[in-house]
Formats: sequence, structure tokens, C-alpha cells
Amino acid sequence: MSNIPSDLKYAKSHEWVRVSGDIATIGITDHAQHELTDVVFVELPEKGKVVKAGDACAVVESVKTASDIYSPVSGEITEINKAVADNPALVNTEPYAGGWFYKIKLSNPKEVNALLAPAQYGAQISGGEA
Amino acid sequence: MLKRTPLFAAHQRLGGRLIEFGGWEMPVQYTTITDEHLAVRKAAGIFDISHMGEVLVTGNGAQAFLNRTLTNDLAKLHPGQGQYTLMCNDRGGVIDDLYVYRLSANDYLLIINASRIDDDVAWLQSQAASFDAADSFSLQNSSDATGAVPVQGPRGAAFIDQCFPGASTGGTAISRPTDLKKNQIAKMESVGRDVWVSRTGYSGEDGFEIVAPADLIENIWTRILAVGQPHGLKPAGLGARDTLRTEVCYPLYGHELDEQTTPIEAGLGFFVALDKGEFIGRPVLAEQKAKGVRKKLVAFKMADKSAPPRPHYPIWSAGPNPQRLGEVVSGTQSPSLSIGIGLGYVPPEFSKAQTPIEIEIRSKRAGALVVPKPFYRKPD
Repeated sequence: MSNIPSDLKYAKSHEWVRVSGDIATIGITDHAQHELTDVVFVELPEKGKVVKAGDACAVVESVKTASDIYSPVSGEITEINKAVADNPALVNTEPYAGGWFYKIKLSNPKEVNALLAPAQYGAQISGGEA
Repeated sequence: MLKRTPLFAAHQRLGGRLIEFGGWEMPVQYTTITDEHLAVRKAAGIFDISHMGEVLVTGNGAQAFLNRTLTNDLAKLHPGQGQYTLMCNDRGGVIDDLYVYRLSANDYLLIINASRIDDDVAWLQSQAASFDAADSFSLQNSSDATGAVPVQGPRGAAFIDQCFPGASTGGTAISRPTDLKKNQIAKMESVGRDVWVSRTGYSGEDGFEIVAPADLIENIWTRILAVGQPHGLKPAGLGARDTLRTEVCYPLYGHELDEQTTPIEAGLGFFVALDKGEFIGRPVLAEQKAKGVRKKLVAFKMADKSAPPRPHYPIWSAGPNPQRLGEVVSGTQSPSLSIGIGLGYVPPEFSKAQTPIEIEIRSKRAGALVVPKPFYRKPD
């Protein structure tokens, strides 16, 4: 069973969001890493880049294929996780910890309310939709 | 509606992740591609290739017909031997690449790509109709009635004899499957039925391939898995099949090969017997061999820390005034080497080993180096 921490919010496209003040940390879920299997490359956005919710702003590659990661929220990228770029396997081993992708300064904090609660995300992935 | 092999239920029970491949619903992986790939390199893997096609060509005119239709020289095969070969159109373009086995004096078995069965059979039939001695042989498409499973990897020889005990009843005369030498094939009895076991494969490792009646394949698959599991045998999907063959630079139809590409351009001149007499495509292939080609298949490695190359990524020359050279046809992260590897077509002047090139990945160019084929060679 996939791990779905109760203190996070989720996007339908399998990213998680951890909000602390006006800064959100973004990564991909345990379910997503399991579906992707062996992550071999992570391409992160540049620090300072301004993104809109729903923009493709990172790429994660498995042996088989490249997948876009969509920003669940709008804002400016304030920090990227260089450790995950150096060691992409962190996405598989610690999707909610060392495998985070970037931090973003929220330009519209209300967007967070529209994201899925853990139970809603759990219902989505148990529905079999990848 | 996607087609399913006789092992579909077995793949589901094993938790295989199913994808569409050439009109078939096939397992891409059971655990992970890397895990299954490394199992084949270090121990053994078993694959389902029952989607592939089988055509039987029988009769005293079979050899003459096939030698006119295929590029390699069939006259070199003794009964019980097989060879890699290609079927070309009049322009030298590849209709399919295949294995042909001489099962007995006048019986030949062609193993063809799943995505090409209809085209191949139509081409063979049209060529047969215009062949002078058309009544001296017959063609039979046995694809639906036949299944196939390769066992690949260094440990396969430790348990294959237990799966098919006894001496052969046809093809190469052997006392046990491990007596087979590379490219040999033997008829064995299994559950009272005839099956063919060959020492061939598509992984760059030692291995065996079993061709059997479709209704017997699940029995064979289940038996081999049970006997092989203590030796580290794992079921492996099409994902690992693709990364394994890419590491050893074996072509995959639709990637390295198509009707607009010749075997000479693909670096497969070794399998084109220009000295055997007339065959379809020969004039073009002989001219290319003598005068050179306009594009050539190269192997390249990405620099460290790069994203892996993927099919259709543009290839550029390195240095000032970059020139677009061609496209990537196969690319992946190599599970054995942990680096991005690929194959692509470039003009011959860029095909020398150590030529720096660049691969365009998401609008940015990343450094790569042309390297000798293959990327991986099994340890001696």
C-alpha cells in the first residue's frame, strides 16, 4: 500500500505539497515513485523561476521514460533540492523526505485549499487511476 | 482490441504491468526494469515472446526461395542450425529482421517481429507467387498456433536440461539442451509433444529459446520458472528486453530498422551475403557496400549526470556552427553502466568512435560521445 502522510496536500497529478507559512515544498508521492519505478534522472526548475499552478516545471526519468512534473501551486521557486539531482534514487527511497524537488513562495495561498486531502488522494489512487 | 498471448493470465498472476506493444497487451515489467535486467546479466530471466510470428517454409524449393528473399546465405546452414538475417525490399530497405532455422533438410522456420507479421506474410506470398518454382515449396503462417519463451542469462545452462530432459528427436542431434552450441536448434519432447529449443537470444548473454505449440506454453513457462527460481531466474518484461538489447546494440524493428533503412546503413553488412548470387535488394546493397552510405548507425554515451537519450531526440554536431546530424532511434539509461546510452543515425563523417556529438534533450543540448559497439559485452 502506498504511504500517504496525513499532514500533506496532494495534486491529482501525484505531487505532494507541504506548506509552512508562505513557502511550500513540492515532491512526488510514494504512489507516483512506485509507478515510475527506478528514477534515474531529475531535472529541476531554476531558482527564481515564476511558475503557475499546472505548469510542467520538472522532469523525472525512469529507465523507460521521461515524465513531466506539474507545479501544484503558483509562485516563485526559492530553493531546489540539489541532493535529489545528484542522487535521483532518493525519489524512490524517501519520496516525502530527501526526495523533495523544490520550494516555492506561494503567490496565491488559496490554491492550497483546492488541493486534495490525504483521504481524497487515497481514494483517487485506489480507484486504479495511475 | 489488443491481442493477448497464451501467457496473459500468467503475467497477471505475477503482477506484471501490462502495456500495448505492436497491437499486443504485454508485460513491460513485473518488478522493475533494472531489477529484471540485472537478473538476466547475473543469473537468468524468462520472457514471453509468444507475440512474435512463426512462418514455416517447406519443400525442396524452400532454400532457393528463401535465399532469394533473405539477405544472409541459407546454404551455409546445416539442418539444426539457425542464422540472423534480413528481408529487404527492392530498394534494400528492411521489411523485417528475423531468425531463420533449418529444422531439417527442406523445412525452415522463420521467427519474425510481432508488429510485422501481416506485412511479412503478404510480402512472402507475393514473392512466392512470382517465384519460378512456386509449387516446389509451401508457406505456412503458424503465428497464432505457436508460442515462444527465451531463457536468458549465465545461469540458464544450470537448469535448462532439467526442464527438457532427454536426447533430441530432430534438428541437431544432442543428448541434452546444454549440448547445443550457439545458433543450433533441436527438437525435444515435452509432455509428449514436440518443442524446439535453440541456443539463441536477444540479450547478449548465453541463453535458450523455446518454441512450442501455443497451448503448451504456459505449462513450459511454469515448469521453467519453478526449476529456475532457486538459480535466481526471474520473469522479465519487454522493458528489460529492450534495455538488454540496447546495451549490446541489437536492432529493434521500428527503431534501428524500417523500410527506408538498409542493413548496410544499420551496420548489419555481416548478415548480407553479397557473394551468394542474386537476391532482393542486392543491387542497392552492393552499391552501398562499395561506394558508402549517406547515414550510419552509431552508438553513443552521454556525459555523466545527463538525462538519458530517448528515441526521436535530435543529434547535433559539437563545436561551433552546430549541424543537425540525425535522430536518436533507441536510448535509455543503461542499467549495467548507469549512464545514458543511445543509438542513432548520423552522416558517415560523424560515425567514428570518439567523435563528440550533442543530443537535444528538452530544447537543451547535452554532450555525448560516439563509442564502439556494443556498450556491454558478457564476461568471458
